[in-house]
Amino acid sequence: MSTRIFGSGIKRREDPRLITGEARYTDDIKLQGALHMAVVRSPYAHARIVSIDASAAADLPGVRAIFTGSDIGDLAGLPTAWLIPESDLKTPEHPALASDVVRYVGDGVAIVLADSRYQAQDAADAVLVDYEELPVVVDPHEAAQAGAPQLHADVEGNIAFRWAPFDKDASDAVFAAADVVVSERILQQRLLPTAMEPRAASAQYNAATGELTLWCTSQNPHIHRFIVSAVTGLPENKVRVIAPEVGGGFGSKIPCYPDEALVSWAAMKLGVPIRWAETRSENYLTTIHGRDHVQFVDMAASNDGKILGVRATVYAGMGAYLSTAAPGIPTILHGLLYVGPYTIDNVYCESIGVMTNATPTDAYRGAGRPEATFLLERMMDKVADALDMDPVALRRQNLIPPFADGYDVAAGLTYDSGDYEAAFDKALAMAGYDDFRAQQTQALQEGRYLGIGVTAYTEMCGLGPSQVAGAVGFQGGLWESATVRVTPTGKVQALIGASPHGQGSETTLAQIISSELGFPVDDIEVIHGDTTETPMGWGTYGSRTTPVTGAALAQASRKLKEKARVLAAHLMEANPDDIEYADGSFSVKGSPDQAQSIQDVALMAHLAWNMPEGMDPGFEESQFYDPPNFVYPFGTHIAIVEVDPVTGSIDLQRYIAVDDCGPQINPEIVAGQIHGGVVQGVAQALCEGVIYDDNGQLLTGTMLDYCMPKADMFPNFELGETVTPSPHHPVGVKGVGETGTIASTPTVYNAVLDALSPLGVAQIDMPLTAAKVWQAIQNANGGN
Amino acid sequence: MNVSMTINGEAVSREVEARTLLVHFIREDLDLTGTKIGCDTSQCGACTIHVNGKIAKACTLLAAQADGADITTIEGLAENGEHHPMQTAFWENHGLQCGYCTPGMIMASAAFVRDNPGASEDEIRHYLEGNICRCTGYHNIVKAVKQVADAAAGGA
Repeated sequence: MSTRIFGSGIKRREDPRLITGEARYTDDIKLQGALHMAVVRSPYAHARIVSIDASAAADLPGVRAIFTGSDIGDLAGLPTAWLIPESDLKTPEHPALASDVVRYVGDGVAIVLADSRYQAQDAADAVLVDYEELPVVVDPHEAAQAGAPQLHADVEGNIAFRWAPFDKDASDAVFAAADVVVSERILQQRLLPTAMEPRAASAQYNAATGELTLWCTSQNPHIHRFIVSAVTGLPENKVRVIAPEVGGGFGSKIPCYPDEALVSWAAMKLGVPIRWAETRSENYLTTIHGRDHVQFVDMAASNDGKILGVRATVYAGMGAYLSTAAPGIPTILHGLLYVGPYTIDNVYCESIGVMTNATPTDAYRGAGRPEATFLLERMMDKVADALDMDPVALRRQNLIPPFADGYDVAAGLTYDSGDYEAAFDKALAMAGYDDFRAQQTQALQEGRYLGIGVTAYTEMCGLGPSQVAGAVGFQGGLWESATVRVTPTGKVQALIGASPHGQGSETTLAQIISSELGFPVDDIEVIHGDTTETPMGWGTYGSRTTPVTGAALAQASRKLKEKARVLAAHLMEANPDDIEYADGSFSVKGSPDQAQSIQDVALMAHLAWNMPEGMDPGFEESQFYDPPNFVYPFGTHIAIVEVDPVTGSIDLQRYIAVDDCGPQINPEIVAGQIHGGVVQGVAQALCEGVIYDDNGQLLTGTMLDYCMPKADMFPNFELGETVTPSPHHPVGVKGVGETGTIASTPTVYNAVLDALSPLGVAQIDMPLTAAKVWQAIQNANGGN
Repeated sequence: MNVSMTINGEAVSREVEARTLLVHFIREDLDLTGTKIGCDTSQCGACTIHVNGKIAKACTLLAAQADGADITTIEGLAENGEHHPMQTAFWENHGLQCGYCTPGMIMASAAFVRDNPGASEDEIRHYLEGNICRCTGYHNIVKAVKQVADAAAGGA
């Protein structure tokens, strides 16, 4: 493999259209004669619909049609597509429009189609809906208690599932015999994914051909095609889903939402194109939220610092309906991660999925794994405190030793490769850990409160082997497919089923192809986001596009290279075994002046004037790639903070991240993924959090009220890396899209609690706003 | 009502509803879709444009308020087919990922550096409070803006 392009931080191939405003996102695409859809949404979190009067709205200018839940009987409800086994899973019906009961603020009750966006919204505001309010519950722990308001008749006690796959007796025995047990109630607050592009969908139906085209903000257009086909009843080969430029997703553009079904249905019903784009307020009300766990966690250890077990009971808020992948997030992607990078021999997780009068939750960047890493790292610091040990020494003592090809852990996973202590040492050296502790002591004498947080992590991504997907109830495969198509003039089109939306895959995947075949990167176009143009794929999420699609492209490229080698030998009248390849050129051993470039070979394969016996014409190969295992990136993150004890404000002074995602295809893009992930995770620790009032009203419904991280909250990040290839991957790479988010929340949280420990503060619910920190200091001092 | 203005050097005139937001006028009536809408409440800055040389959030102005104005959007920032230095710096420093905040981010940063050559990193971070990015963690955006700010100071 050429090392010049693989591993080079070249500029992104995506950027020219993005920095000039030429890129076209869903709502940038105009459709001739389109009507605009607006959705009438429930202002109540739980209510019975008594009546809907749309007569005044229908008379407003520009209004072409209004439909309510009773009009859309031929549109099936939205399916849940992760049916976790052995959990007594209930999947309550999720109609695209509520016709009987609304279950969260934002639940759709009617749609208006009008000539302009303003007219549609005016008419939506004029639809009169008479509601009879019902009791509301938004906290998942409260919703699981006896006597709580009930959301769905077929979900008894609001419990959608109860997942507990581990041996409880074995866990109880470990905890009963342990020297030390520490316990904490951890609140993983609800978060708003907040992709900067709100969701949008436009649809056009051709009655003559029976074909529906849906443009939408999707991370997985092939999954959208499958679901839109299922809910509309159109055959899958008559549905074309296009995800044009997509402005971030972070998990929130995985699910199929009512809105996408409704624009499709309306386009079919009315025979004209339909456009819809949500406002940010609608995005905060109706696009999935993340996290929302109430966790009761225990960790057991021996007096000499060996971690013996971890167990948790998790009440996971599902919101009002089960979103597309929701049941898999607080279970498969959470409880199986309780070992982390440590030699913990016993884990137990009971995860209870609870229906609440809130926006549905689903995968949000990290999806279950941040919630697992946080609880492990928080409890590690508590154990260190209980044993009066240095938290770094405690972690080091429990790290899994280096392994290059497989390590079985108690949670049932087989990690692929790891050298955790190397990343740990590197990060500690960058931070100057020992010196910091001296500075901290000195600062405290001056009345300044410094703190440090150190997180060692590993995570499971590159989802994943399809056999495992099936075994855990995921209603799809998790392979990817790709085609490398070379034109007669030697230009490459790489068609992929995955659907990147900001990750830079058009560049990194081109670098893989270039390093395998020798075509210049600028001659390689990566084409994605259209179910008609691209081969089948399951989408971009779970840090899987580089590992899975990248492997498919590497293997397709290798098939082409083998074809080229045999054809080049034939053209040069040499034995294929005597052909040498270097940098896109095939030559005969010993006669370097006789050579065929990859472009020459591609042309001759297309012309097919002189092919070897049995070789087909053309220069194109496809590959389906089903990964044999997940990939497990790892690393250590360190934060240094100073807390002002007078105001409670937190100054994040340094952030060090050492990550190992195997060989880096493009170090600039890897760094960008880590920067962004870290900010998202730090923001959970410090400022982001959904607030509902007792009536289920979303109080953080705009960017005025929901605290998004801003540039001036952060220092420049200090990044380092170690390189441990994945043994099972064709080019050794692991995913890196979620590591920053997974590692950073506990890192900063623990740093703040470390700073506050001399003041007697041991716990604060996230986010650690100045007001809450200040109050915690007052409460602790109150006891003095 | 009629509104007339100059956009990216070209005179335009249209009949609009009085309540039409400038951002909708630019995107829907003029089909200049580089200017984005990210929040509706003027926090995110995705709709940042230049009005008479000053930055403005186009979601917070009516088209009528821009009557007679000279407006530049992201589509008009490049000159003679050459990227503006801020566009180049964002590309060179990997200052964007999904690209949705990028037009507003570049428009805001270009005006800031024009008025504040040699700005410090702290000043840049403080200034960028009005523009939100979810992908980059701001690190490379700050680097890009600093590069242009340093170059502007050097050339002054």
